[in-house]
Amino acid sequence: MKALTNYIKSLFLLELFRGLSLTGRYLFRKKFTVMYPEEKAPVSPRFRGLHAQRRYPNGEERCIACKLCEAVCPALAITIEAEPREDGSRRTTRYDIDLFKCIYCGYCQESCPVDAIVETRVYEYHFENRGENIMTKEKLLAIGDKYEAQIAADLEAQAKYR
Amino acid sequence: MTFEKFIFYVLAAVLIISATMVITRKNPVHAALSLILAFVASSGIWLLAEAEFLAIVLVLVYVGAVMVLFLFVLMMLDIDVATLRAGFIKMLPLGILMAIAMAAELILVVGPENFGLDKFAAPARHAADYSNTEELGGVLYTVYMYPFEIAAVILLVAIIAAIGLTMRRRPDSKYLDPANQVVVKRKDRVRMVSMDAEKG
Amino acid sequence: MEFFIGLWEALPDGLQTVIWILLKIIAIILPLMICVAYYTYAERKVIGYMQVRVGPNRVGPKGWLQPIADAVKLMFKEIIIPSNANKALFLIAPAITLGPALAAWAVFPFDEELVLADINAGLLYILALTSVGVYGVIIAGWASNSKYAFLGAMRSAAQIVAYEIAMGFALVGVLVAAGSLNLGDIVRAQSGNGGLFSWFWLPLLPLFGVYVISGVAETNRAPFDVAEGESEIVAGFHIDYSGMAFAAFFLAEYANMILIAALSAIMFMGGWLSPFQGWPILGPLFDWVPGFVWLVLKTGLFAFLFLWLRATFPRYRYDQIMRLGWKVFIPITIVWIAVVGLAVVYQLPWWFD
Repeated sequence: MKALTNYIKSLFLLELFRGLSLTGRYLFRKKFTVMYPEEKAPVSPRFRGLHAQRRYPNGEERCIACKLCEAVCPALAITIEAEPREDGSRRTTRYDIDLFKCIYCGYCQESCPVDAIVETRVYEYHFENRGENIMTKEKLLAIGDKYEAQIAADLEAQAKYR
Repeated sequence: MTFEKFIFYVLAAVLIISATMVITRKNPVHAALSLILAFVASSGIWLLAEAEFLAIVLVLVYVGAVMVLFLFVLMMLDIDVATLRAGFIKMLPLGILMAIAMAAELILVVGPENFGLDKFAAPARHAADYSNTEELGGVLYTVYMYPFEIAAVILLVAIIAAIGLTMRRRPDSKYLDPANQVVVKRKDRVRMVSMDAEKG
Repeated sequence: MEFFIGLWEALPDGLQTVIWILLKIIAIILPLMICVAYYTYAERKVIGYMQVRVGPNRVGPKGWLQPIADAVKLMFKEIIIPSNANKALFLIAPAITLGPALAAWAVFPFDEELVLADINAGLLYILALTSVGVYGVIIAGWASNSKYAFLGAMRSAAQIVAYEIAMGFALVGVLVAAGSLNLGDIVRAQSGNGGLFSWFWLPLLPLFGVYVISGVAETNRAPFDVAEGESEIVAGFHIDYSGMAFAAFFLAEYANMILIAALSAIMFMGGWLSPFQGWPILGPLFDWVPGFVWLVLKTGLFAFLFLWLRATFPRYRYDQIMRLGWKVFIPITIVWIAVVGLAVVYQLPWWFD
């Protein structure tokens, strides 16, 4: 008897028709698609995108060349060279992040004692030539200047969880 | 030369060249492909002779099914040409003798003194709506009923014999019958266990 | 205008015929190619919608120019020939695939009168041509000199041989029921006062199912696409093809799908006949609709079904495909051919009178 019902089920393709009816229903569902350039999906304040270097409100760069980020970077994407500045403070002369190596883990941001290196929520960027993937200190600072309000707000939002 | 004759000669040339290539090409896959071309060309010639049914069935059965299986096997073969060539010279006289004998037989049977427009009048042209499929079926199931049935039985025996000869039980094979697999239900395979969460 | 008429009449008779036939062929192939292009678009849209996304919608309004963009892209890509490939066979394989897919349309009746070559053995012709199409796949797989392509070709060869027999038997049932191999006569045999209930899909229901499913298998479409099997053997037989050579395989696959859909419509769904033929009120109401429209609608129905199947079912395992072909479909068709034969001999009302 059980074999007979199995035969009937498989010969009349009952289970296959159930599958078809499911996809048939989904055909008329409301679509989830986000029309990307016009619409954007919400981004978390913890989003780890393009890197930036921050400054203090008085315009002084935060980075003190402690090289913690260089040490912690699992992809060895960060290269730092440091020298005393004329006023005697310890500053970087070179701070490069190779974005091709970077895995966007966010360890640099976590290790930074002065919140100098951060990852912003910017994910729309591209390179057109070789070499542009190396983010120099100037570029990082420029990004930081540009998005400072956003970065500060994001850090504020997640400060209590750190 | 009429257009029909022109097509006939083109097809005949293709047929002869491809048939020669079947026995001259070293690569067996090329030989099989040439054989397919020969089939297609001869089917074209049959079409010219108003034997549409046979022509199409030649393509359908030989090109579409038999040669696919041939190629299937040939493509997986790893043929060592050198061992095949061994003994070529030794066997050559016998081969030539056989070839001459076969050619003589062919000429005796289908030579010009037996076949030719003076022996047989050219068959009358049929109208465009003439269906030789129906004609063939009618003859096959009335006049040639017994030969047809006997041929069918012999083929059936051959199929069963081929299966019987190649079938062997392999107890070490881990083969699973798909027929049993497709009827499996979730409850045959999965047992839901309810357990208390571990402390600690 | 008169100049052209004069020019036309100045041509010899034979040449006139040739040109006339060529024009007819173009009149079939050109719309077919446009259909194929937009069938690929429809596929991406339909599958997208079934997966709750919207599919291509960027090129042109609502993405309508997407197939043209794809075609242009493929045309400008380089055709790479693998260094150890058999060059002649490698290049001839796409042509062998595409040729039969297009040539089969020669005997296809688009309407009561509208058919390029109204030959008696139309059904056999189509069967023969679709069986030749498999050579493109096999030769492509072998000539590429690649393991994956070869595996794809082997799978495809075994599968097509298995399903061609089931398909052929299903068509034998149709020709027994219709009493003719001519596609037009097959449609005419389905006309009756029952409207869509006098079509062959009802008395030949098992054969109808077998035909549609083995049609999917013949065209190497999901869930029978083991020849491509992109998750197992990368892309199967056409892995080494690029540019227009790949496009030829692509075109052939979709042309074959449309062909199988159209043949299902002709052989089981009454071709150009109206589904309300002979019905009391609806029948006369739809009399003004030309037969070609019904044929296109029915073909579209099957074409949509193919996409629906692809969006729904996972790929068959190989031994299960073989089991389905040899152990399920062939027995079903043989039994039903006997049933149909008896029904025809004893004049079962009302289909086979």
